[in-house]
Amino acid sequence: MTTETTSKKFNIDTVEHAEQTPEQQLPWAELGLKENEYQRVVEILGRRPTAAELAMYSVMWSEHCSYKSSKVHLRQFGDKVTDAMKEHLLVGIGENAGVVDIGDGWAVTFKVESHNHPSFVEPYQGAATGVGGIVRDIISMGARPVAVMDPLRFGAIDHPDTARLVHGIVAGIGGYGNSLGLPNIGGEVVFDSVYQGNPLVNALAVGVLRHEDIRLANASGVGNRVVLFGARTGGDGIGGASVLASESFDDAKPSKRPAVQVGDPFAEKVLIECCLELFKNGIVEGIQDLGAAGISCATSELASNGEGGMHVELTDVLLRDPSLTPGEILMSESQERMMAVVTPENAGAFEAIMDKWSVEYSWLGEVTDTGRLIIEWDGEKIVDVDPRTVAHDGPVYERPYSRPEWLDGVQADSFAGDRPSGGEQLKSAVLELMSSPNMCSKDWITNQYDRFVQGNTALAMPDDAGVVRVDEETGLGIALSTDANGRYSYLNPYDGARLALAEAYRNVATTGAQPMAVTDCLNFGSPEDPEVMWQFAESVRGLADACQDLGVPVTGGNVSLYNQTGGVAIHPTPVVGVLGVFDDVARRTPSGWREDGQAIYLLGTTRNELDGSEWANLRGHLGGQPPVLDLQAEKTLAAILVNSSRDGMIDAAHDLSEGGLAAALSEAALRFGVGARIGIDELCERDGIDPFTALFSESQGRAVVAVPRSEEVRFNDMCTARNFPRLRIGVVDAENQALDVQGHFTLPLAELKEAHEATLPKHFA
Amino acid sequence: MTVETPLIGHSAAEVVDEHLSGVRVGVVTFPGTLDDRDALRAVRIAGGTGVPLWHGDHDLKEVDAVIIPGGFSYGDYLRAGAISRFAPLMEQITAAASGGSLPVLGICNGFQVLTEAHLLPGSMIKNNHLHFLCKDQRLTVENTMTAWTSSYEQGTEIVVPLKNQDGQFVADERTLDELEGEGRVVFRYAGGNPNGSRRDIAGITNEHGNVVGLMPHPEHAVEAGFGPDSSAFGEVEVRGGVDGLGIFTSVLQKLVNK
Repeated sequence: MTTETTSKKFNIDTVEHAEQTPEQQLPWAELGLKENEYQRVVEILGRRPTAAELAMYSVMWSEHCSYKSSKVHLRQFGDKVTDAMKEHLLVGIGENAGVVDIGDGWAVTFKVESHNHPSFVEPYQGAATGVGGIVRDIISMGARPVAVMDPLRFGAIDHPDTARLVHGIVAGIGGYGNSLGLPNIGGEVVFDSVYQGNPLVNALAVGVLRHEDIRLANASGVGNRVVLFGARTGGDGIGGASVLASESFDDAKPSKRPAVQVGDPFAEKVLIECCLELFKNGIVEGIQDLGAAGISCATSELASNGEGGMHVELTDVLLRDPSLTPGEILMSESQERMMAVVTPENAGAFEAIMDKWSVEYSWLGEVTDTGRLIIEWDGEKIVDVDPRTVAHDGPVYERPYSRPEWLDGVQADSFAGDRPSGGEQLKSAVLELMSSPNMCSKDWITNQYDRFVQGNTALAMPDDAGVVRVDEETGLGIALSTDANGRYSYLNPYDGARLALAEAYRNVATTGAQPMAVTDCLNFGSPEDPEVMWQFAESVRGLADACQDLGVPVTGGNVSLYNQTGGVAIHPTPVVGVLGVFDDVARRTPSGWREDGQAIYLLGTTRNELDGSEWANLRGHLGGQPPVLDLQAEKTLAAILVNSSRDGMIDAAHDLSEGGLAAALSEAALRFGVGARIGIDELCERDGIDPFTALFSESQGRAVVAVPRSEEVRFNDMCTARNFPRLRIGVVDAENQALDVQGHFTLPLAELKEAHEATLPKHFA
Repeated sequence: MTVETPLIGHSAAEVVDEHLSGVRVGVVTFPGTLDDRDALRAVRIAGGTGVPLWHGDHDLKEVDAVIIPGGFSYGDYLRAGAISRFAPLMEQITAAASGGSLPVLGICNGFQVLTEAHLLPGSMIKNNHLHFLCKDQRLTVENTMTAWTSSYEQGTEIVVPLKNQDGQFVADERTLDELEGEGRVVFRYAGGNPNGSRRDIAGITNEHGNVVGLMPHPEHAVEAGFGPDSSAFGEVEVRGGVDGLGIFTSVLQKLVNK
């Protein structure tokens, strides 16, 4: 490899120069630092920072990288974890991603992250590099990525800007993920005007590995060499973490497009294979992907997690643009790059693998025991810091928070709107619901994603969770679901977070998998607003409590703050991903009915709970309290669903959530185009509700299942033994192509399908 | 069709005879290839022995047939398949296939590579709707004389996944007429044209019938539980379609009976 040295091109601000010019003003505010933070840097160094040091501190101490506002709350995820919950945890919070033991020597690593701000500014590249970034986190753990999912939130479906975002973001996710050969197995799509200027683009990736293959980000072994490999470093994404992801949008400020990274999925695909080959041959001692804060992050984290010292020559970095300054090189968030620590003996083997995959690399320096991260520019020292102060000792804020005064009024405003009654009205209401932006078929989006590649996808959207086989011999596999309901969280952030976990947990169990672990992406407004901070604090408390109650630990995740434009924040949106495990994916339960004559049961109790519901949303109402959550009941329901799958007692299962029973029945019928005869009168009588409530309430802890005739006795006995409410509400009817809610209305499947599938194409095709 | 449906999670290889497992089918990996492991699995499930081949090698490792699988070789930034055709291994494949002896199957990106290498006529352009499209696709098998389709009956329908961005088959009218006239259209889209391909063409063959290219992915319809939701041969369980398996059994049977 040749190195182009461009040293004397810049007026380099060396450490020596910084010591001699203490009075020199630096643009710390433009780089996103607050005055007290800048003073703290000066205090740590005992002098003013160099331009390069300032660049490093500014990105690493940004909200996005340092979690400075959220840290004090996130501790609960660790504090509330019991030993029993840790039983299957091989790597917990703090590494690139958590790792969970799924048995037979297999482990799974998974994590969800946000790429919200870049995706609004530049939808295609923002969404694409969101996928790329989370996939590199998974590779860094030593795993082969096996699937991705994308929870998305857009503004109003008919707003003029929404089509720009939907087209760009969906194409970006597809363009990147499809080119990596990763099946996209699920996610969410929600439209709500609160996300108009702040769409949420969260990306989840999951990877599998053998226990012994776990890799951690640390630079150990004095004398080991540090290498940067993958794509060249360019001028894209400079300040992405600081000035883009850690500030609110404001019309008065200039466009931040240059702060968005540009992705090259081909480079990443090659990087995946190349890294897996490195791991297989035991070539790397430590590895770290370059994401937010680029080389600043990789060097400071690797060094501070290892022996504590590293020496790097920055002019050895291969550049796409030779005019970049040292500070820009340190801050660049160019994609598809990795940094590794390699013993001198393995250097040759490392280079051979790079050459095989035609991946560029450059040796930058070595691990030292000095406790200092020294970065030189053509031999002149431009960074001399304790890496811990950059990577781990950033500012921590106890931001003030207060419960919004308006909340009492909102919670008192229960839904009192239109409640259709009578067969015709109910039928129209079901059609209106199932064609609404949030409940309509998402096929137009998900058909732009490859769900087949790798040949291990056992379930994907629109089933309740994505299911992927891990071991081809035994069928050992995993299920994943992500969920959040911003409206519930707006009404009650504590319960909203618990409800999000409950739904993801229920979805995973509905497919028959045993829920095991949690990842979260906490999307909120500005932490500098005490009311937003209160929503955040309540959400974290709620999620941590619910994790403890359900016995599933948070293994990692991401916080995205400043999702607001001007003074208006998004709904608090804690996206929760739950990972479940199957001993054999062959027993996964699909969501749709198939066999004529099977009995349809409703599990759980239905209450009059329409506040925050999709129906209230369609009537423009948002008030009251979200549905009541009973986590003990959720656990029992999950146990019933998992055992039914294991013992072959059910052939289909679908959870009840947004849109209630009406949505669940419609989706179960449309999945394979098989209808049913349903009776809801007994349900109304048992639960003391009217037909409208029976169909549209969003009471929790419910699912509909299809039970073969031969299994009905056994199934009923199991529910009785667990004292769980269930009611036989109908029969699968493969002859009559309709959803026949007897005594109320008959909805032909063709009509329902047309209504369900037309909405997205109408707006976007 | 003479294919037995394997049980979910179990490969047919466990019950297949040794003659078939003696057949070596190479699967080429370029940088950016995605469905290579899937193609190897399909060969194994059909009963044969899959042999990974590397684009940069000069050696076909004595394989009896070659599959060029799907993906985005070299990122497909220039034109799908445009760079791959220059790979050292492609020279070997072109030499061995153009005479009519080596059976070669190009799937999706592999089909694009075969057209770029002029082993097959025509070309693929962006889908007429301009989006990547992933769906269960019905196809009609129109030519059962090729090395890759003899397990099927003439005119039979199959369901296999379609997933691509540049899947619109185009050629000049004379070429299309020739293909039709010589019976070299092997697969045609049924139940609607998903991407604007000329004359609903999904797959074609060369004049010898040894080289076949098709856009949809038969290797993703070979194992019950992980395939499409439907089959043209009747009701199947969720993701239970294995209609693509016949492609792989065809070539194995042909090579065994040679």
